[in-house]
Amino acid sequence: MRPDPNCLMTGRLFIDGDHACSEGAIAAGCRFAAGYPITPSTEIIERLALRFPLVGGTFIQMEDELAASITAIGAVWGGAKALCVTSGPGFSLMMEHLGYAAMTETPVVFVDVQRGGPSTGLPTLPAQADMMQARFGPHGDCRFIALCPNSPQECFDLTIEAFNLAERYRVPVLLMMDEVVGHMTERVVIPPADAIDIEPRRYTDRAPGDFRLFEPREDLVPDMCRAGQGHRVHVTGLTHDERGYPVLNAAAQDRLIRRLRDKIEKNADRIIRLEEKGLEGASVAVISYGITSRVAERAIELARAAGVQVGSLRLITAWPFPADRVRRLAQEVAAIVVPELNLGQMVLEVERAVAGACPVISVDHAGGAVHPPERILDAILRAAKEGRPSSLGRSA
Amino acid sequence: MTTTASDNPVKKLLRTERMPSIWCPGCGIGTTVNCFARALAESGKNLDEVAIVSGIGCTGRVAGYLNLDSFHTTHGRALPFATGLKLANPRLNVVVYSGDGDLTAIGGNHLIHAARRNLDLLCICVNNLTYGMTGGQETPTTPTPAIASTAPYGAFEPTFNLPHLAASSGASYVARWTTFHVRQIAKSIREALDRNGFRFIELISPCPTLFLRRNRLGEAIDEMRFYRENSTVKNLADTREAELSHRGQILVGKFVDRKRPTWREAYQARHAEVLGGRFLSWDGPENGSDDGPRGPGEGDE
Repeated sequence: MRPDPNCLMTGRLFIDGDHACSEGAIAAGCRFAAGYPITPSTEIIERLALRFPLVGGTFIQMEDELAASITAIGAVWGGAKALCVTSGPGFSLMMEHLGYAAMTETPVVFVDVQRGGPSTGLPTLPAQADMMQARFGPHGDCRFIALCPNSPQECFDLTIEAFNLAERYRVPVLLMMDEVVGHMTERVVIPPADAIDIEPRRYTDRAPGDFRLFEPREDLVPDMCRAGQGHRVHVTGLTHDERGYPVLNAAAQDRLIRRLRDKIEKNADRIIRLEEKGLEGASVAVISYGITSRVAERAIELARAAGVQVGSLRLITAWPFPADRVRRLAQEVAAIVVPELNLGQMVLEVERAVAGACPVISVDHAGGAVHPPERILDAILRAAKEGRPSSLGRSA
Repeated sequence: MTTTASDNPVKKLLRTERMPSIWCPGCGIGTTVNCFARALAESGKNLDEVAIVSGIGCTGRVAGYLNLDSFHTTHGRALPFATGLKLANPRLNVVVYSGDGDLTAIGGNHLIHAARRNLDLLCICVNNLTYGMTGGQETPTTPTPAIASTAPYGAFEPTFNLPHLAASSGASYVARWTTFHVRQIAKSIREALDRNGFRFIELISPCPTLFLRRNRLGEAIDEMRFYRENSTVKNLADTREAELSHRGQILVGKFVDRKRPTWREAYQARHAEVLGGRFLSWDGPENGSDDGPRGPGEGDE
């Protein structure tokens, strides 16, 4: 379906990534947001507080992030598309409800504009150090989808994508921004309504009494309903059967938790989005995401000028991790360089996929600024020198 | 055992396939559910548009036994969940049903803010003076010097006076009863179902297994006698007088019944005043596409 054209600011805007995220949410059909102010994400809720009353949405500022995150989840069960927005410490507080959303298969969007941590850390400065929290943050085994925009334009585009994926897979989707992308002002093109695809909520067409809220379709994802439709559903964070009733034993746990994993893992090929540049014939690949991919572009440019054949694999989707693609890439190149604004998080996943097939060089950074491109360049040059001859492992 | 489930008037409101419940013999929570179900049945509300939201704990299991759209949420967060549910679909009657530990300790911040905002929610707090589910620990309502598993030498912290907390935070309707007062509970819930804004009903309830036994206070039936002999009905009493003490007098009644604008009424009034015809109100998912309400212009004068 299409967005309401009257709600869209179609045209060329000059706005920052936070504001672009807000406009993306509006375009995606989000009409409920619950927030708690926290730098550097606050501009997202500020713009929604301004815009929602004009487009038929509701914004409520809650008393903390625990409240904001579950208020958004409650709004989804009331029938709205909803999001909550935060950063660092607030993201930590939202973990219980990220797990609750995964367990109850609530299609909701969490936005984390990453800043330096741990604890209060660097409120106004960037990091990408919540990437593993976006995978393993809540207790228990659960899977999410996490997207990493690298520009204000992508903050708009991927916010829409986040809502669409949430509906398609009945799963919480994380938009993992960072302070630089959030506060960077660039041109953002908002297309006309007929150029934007919106995934409607997949409400059951079954009659009350005949609908099981957690009975999966063939794609392992169950249909949805909302309160007030007469289905008299039960939703719980306890381990439950297909009706939603608590069943507290190992068999029920195994059945449910494996399906929650499989609905993401087995649909990973349909979920994952990557951007590949110059990987054909490359001897070195740079794997990056978010703002670091923009810095890496400069390093790649300099390395090419120095005669190194280097390409780029950008993770637009961080979770589920594109392990198959990285595994193949490791057969194609002599070495892989992974710059990120943390002390080595996604690089662990790269190493797991590469499994020793080629050297993996981490270019870490504790956060607070972006990398100097020269640090990434040095790693590329070292990779070109130290990586095994690219002809050895190259496969078709 | 003279009444069978089939002739119980509240049966249609219960998920009888989930019975027996997890509650102990003599526990008061089931009594409150019976009163609630009777009140709801009498209210004539469309049951498809009544949603029940619980937190975690013994009372947190209430949602699972009621044949309504029911949400068993996280510990302490029933109220903010209900906030989103209600604001996203204002047609719903949303009832939050949880315990003293859930609503006043881990969820205490949400309680005062829900009352301050005057969200259109009915909040039923079953106060059994302890954490039952986890084995009888001290809560903000455990009276001094009762014994709890985490207060083995007797509680010494001051307690919350819940009617006063709710009233002074802004609740529109505040009442307290004990599980001895079954008719009054049902009447109070029935009345509160027809009010708007934040409605808070505290129901003092025995926990025979973990509070009465540990404090050598006898069986549940003894506690019913205690409630009968020590409760004083005083409607519209000053809530400052509603402080509870260990084995002391229990002030019960309807303390507050007033009209204040709900959060949504205030939200709409403010935005309509400032934005005029440009203000577009969200009226619920059924009033437009699943992803948004009516197009703009409908609110134009």
